[in-house]
Amino acid sequence: MPDAAWPLFEVFVRGKRGLNHVHVGSLHAADAEQALLNARDLYTRRNEGVSIWVVRSSEITASSPDEKDEFFAPSGDKVYRHPTFYAIPDDVPHM
Amino acid sequence: MINDEDENAYQSLAAAIGGEERWAFGTGFDDPLAGIDTTVPADLDAAALAEQCLALGDDALVMAQRLGLWCSNAPELEDEVAIANIALDLLGQARMVLTRAAQADPSVRPPSAPAHVPDEDALAYFRDPHEFRNVRLAALDPDGDFGVLIAQLCAFTEYRITRLDDAQASKDPVLSAIAIKGRIEATYHREYATGWLIRLGDGTDESRRRMVSALSIIWPYLPDFDREVFDAALSRASLEAPPQQPAPFVDERTPLIEEMQSLARAIPEATW
Repeated sequence: MPDAAWPLFEVFVRGKRGLNHVHVGSLHAADAEQALLNARDLYTRRNEGVSIWVVRSSEITASSPDEKDEFFAPSGDKVYRHPTFYAIPDDVPHM
Repeated sequence: MINDEDENAYQSLAAAIGGEERWAFGTGFDDPLAGIDTTVPADLDAAALAEQCLALGDDALVMAQRLGLWCSNAPELEDEVAIANIALDLLGQARMVLTRAAQADPSVRPPSAPAHVPDEDALAYFRDPHEFRNVRLAALDPDGDFGVLIAQLCAFTEYRITRLDDAQASKDPVLSAIAIKGRIEATYHREYATGWLIRLGDGTDESRRRMVSALSIIWPYLPDFDREVFDAALSRASLEAPPQQPAPFVDERTPLIEEMQSLARAIPEATW
């Protein structure tokens, strides 16, 4: 890849009925402002979104695949952490 | 419990509304003409309305065709999609406004069009190139030069916004509704095009040299429009209006339109 290649950005879109932004993909752009325009053109062409976040991929700190076990295995057998033992009142949305 | 829909971002984004599940992504599309009576008002000059619709439609159709040629030829994949989106917006405007032209004055429909062809297609595919009413700027061929494309798109968009503002004030409710939708689209086109104009004009020595050259290429093709916003964009891009020169005598429209029409004329029954 040439040195002049644009940096990579990750794109998050909030859908019309969505409550939170969801990662939809990535793109190249010269800066954040252009990344927002590019995201609009690449990821909301089909009327998906009402809000877009972009962030430089290099700014994301990710968990390592090597640490998968110690990170995630401990919660695999603790079913009591799910709020499934309670009756959820009808007027509580989005649980 | 893990929700399967979380596995696919688009599934969780696309809130399915009754009957629209067939759309893979995104739902709830709006019809810009919803609730608008399409009867041509009796007190309007129908021929003049048809003229105005044809001019708006032809500008959009020719520019859309010109922009479509950038598919697979833009400098970056992201811009390729952006340019195609703009082309599709313009094509959508052209379809509605050409349809309206024929509703206002059925005599604009070319007699050579087969009867089963809808009005919008009859006007797009069965008029001869010299019958189109587009501005020359729309047909200008940037010949693969992205700087020329940006200069062309900037000027075209500003010009189109003034025409859409005129159309928005039309006494015809259909044309006015189409123009309101088009104005929102054009505002985004302007943001895209002026963003690039400023980046390139105010960028490196090379990008600036290319933009200065691009401006001198499009300048003879500038249609008459209120240049206030366009000139402000030029000044933000540290660019100046080049000296005025006569436009070269080159017919860039005929080959463009002939290519656009070739399939519909060779196989009028074609569908896809």
